[in-house]
Amino acid sequence: MSAAPIELPRWADYVLVPALAVAAAFVIAGLVVLAIGENPLESTAILLRGALATGEGVGFTLYYATNFIFTGLAVAVAFHAGLFNIGGEGQATLGGLGAALVCLQFESLPGWLLVPLGALSAAAFGALWALVPGYLQAKRGSHIVITTIMFNMLASALLVYLLVNVMGRPGSMSPETRTFVPAAHVPFLHEILARFGVVIPTTPLNGSFVLALAAAFGVWLLIWRTRLGYAIRTVGANPSAAVYAGISISRITMIAMMISGGLAGLLAVNEIMGVQDRLLLEFTGGYGFIGIAVALMGRSHPVGIVLASLLFGVLYQGGTELAFDKPAITRDMIVTISGLVILFAGALDGVFRAPLGRFFASRRRGDA
Amino acid sequence: MDALSIAIAVFDSGVRLSVPLLFACLAGLWSERSGVVDIGLEGKMLVAAFAAAAAAHATHSAWIGVLAGVGASVAFALVHGFAAISQRGNQIVSGVAINMLAAGLTALVGNAWYSQGGRTPPLDGAARFQPVTLPGAEAARGVPVIGPLYADVLSSHTVLVYGALLATLLTAVALKRTRFGLRIRAVGENPAAVDTAGVSVAALRYAAVIIAGVLCGFGGAYLSLAQAAGFLPGMTAGKGFIALAALIFAKWRAWPALGACFLFGLLDAISIRLQGVSLPWVGLVPVQAIQALPYALTVVLLAGFIGRAIPPRASGLPYVKER
Repeated sequence: MSAAPIELPRWADYVLVPALAVAAAFVIAGLVVLAIGENPLESTAILLRGALATGEGVGFTLYYATNFIFTGLAVAVAFHAGLFNIGGEGQATLGGLGAALVCLQFESLPGWLLVPLGALSAAAFGALWALVPGYLQAKRGSHIVITTIMFNMLASALLVYLLVNVMGRPGSMSPETRTFVPAAHVPFLHEILARFGVVIPTTPLNGSFVLALAAAFGVWLLIWRTRLGYAIRTVGANPSAAVYAGISISRITMIAMMISGGLAGLLAVNEIMGVQDRLLLEFTGGYGFIGIAVALMGRSHPVGIVLASLLFGVLYQGGTELAFDKPAITRDMIVTISGLVILFAGALDGVFRAPLGRFFASRRRGDA
Repeated sequence: MDALSIAIAVFDSGVRLSVPLLFACLAGLWSERSGVVDIGLEGKMLVAAFAAAAAAHATHSAWIGVLAGVGASVAFALVHGFAAISQRGNQIVSGVAINMLAAGLTALVGNAWYSQGGRTPPLDGAARFQPVTLPGAEAARGVPVIGPLYADVLSSHTVLVYGALLATLLTAVALKRTRFGLRIRAVGENPAAVDTAGVSVAALRYAAVIIAGVLCGFGGAYLSLAQAAGFLPGMTAGKGFIALAALIFAKWRAWPALGACFLFGLLDAISIRLQGVSLPWVGLVPVQAIQALPYALTVVLLAGFIGRAIPPRASGLPYVKER
């Protein structure tokens, strides 16, 4: 992301720089923990134990990771096309609306049909909500960052309006729809495995996790194994070369934004159809923004994104346990860490790249 | 209540609501005019609001609160400046990071210090800004229309409200009429030319970023020390983004920024006023539609459907000196 390219070996680029960024983020987070009078090492131990020591903890960790995979992939696809989509929150919100409309409208359908339809509708709504900023950038020259920020705000206003005035459950004080029929529910993993006689702890982890992994594989296929993916990467890497090669930048911009928005919309499959079984306010819970951290850490590669999502899943679940044990360290710690990761991995990566570049350059000269 | 007093009440609250927008908008104006895109206005206001409330709580002085708020905001601005100017990092990414960092840190530290779910204890007396009465306001109240307008809409605000007006004036004059302002504008349009003239691009941009930090500091302090009585987690509630919208609306100019912020503040006041009110021949007004109006208008404006908003040419681009 830095302007002056610094040549690094691939492994350093993909592994070392993100690892250093995360390490720096954790050191600062540790200092914050010290400053509020807690022990960072002990806190880390509680966090890791809470996230990984029990089957229940692992289930919750993977459930959170599902959300991060979707939003991380969404940001990454746009990155590949040279676009910065910070509209993940809004696109996921619209995804929730799309899922809810289908789930409430076609209540008589069987589950094997209703669930895929709901997921498709979630992706389609997310894609369309991202298409508008994509179109405005491609054809009208408005800046995608500003437009997607505005579309986040518009989406949240729209959802409040719809839930309060149109779709809300009659007689309910809290703005939410009625509960979906059981057929619209994405089965929990413990439910699926119970059919095969395998008993695992009851957690919100559901079939969406498999969908997220499939989406990660799909994005890998798309970006590195298809013509469209090549076009997307070309537009992102060198727009003028893309024009010479006969690639339409505006077309690729719109397509990449739709894919990005569709992936963000799928977040609703996990949250709305998997866990809440109704549409409610603020179910996106900032996952769209943390997706930026995930994509930056994972260097926009699906494998990196899955790994980064697992890390953030651990932080989320472990952070919940930590907040329980040490009330001074709330979940806001995780938001803080995400902010630091975004800062170090995305904006201050030059701090690590410059000395690394010098180090590897001197090594190369030494070899020759 | 008759129509006039309703209108006056709405205008009065519109003024109050537009002040934090105006501070943040002017902050964005300085930063972006110098070529540094700033979507971290929200985060800077938030840390400022927290630091101001915490310091005012500890010292019982609103002014020390403002000082702390400005200090915290400038510290965040310098992080952004270091990333954007010295490291030539991605300015959008840095802004997003600032926003998240601010949201996380303020709630975390607030909860650890005060154990009230991230809130600071309520402030009163000298720890808050009290309204000041402009000369002759009480005497003028008796005059029909103009009297209440002067006494309620113009007078009886806190010092910071007049500070925002002063900041607008200073921004307009400094950018248009001073050498420093000319250079700031130049560095946002064509940094290479400024560099050729032997003026430091980095120094100018740092100066602009620090000014932006100071202004966001005032905006944040206004939120927790004047508008509310203490800090609430996430109390900026998107104001930094509305300010960004206002900045585009004003086409990066100071006096239009005042107009845009007042318009958006007024819309906010109207939407609060209309909550649950059923108007004749309109029915129940969807409050959300009015709240969403600034965002929708900005999208339309940016798309060039009405007028055209063109940002400073070098904004968002790091400057790399030629060798």
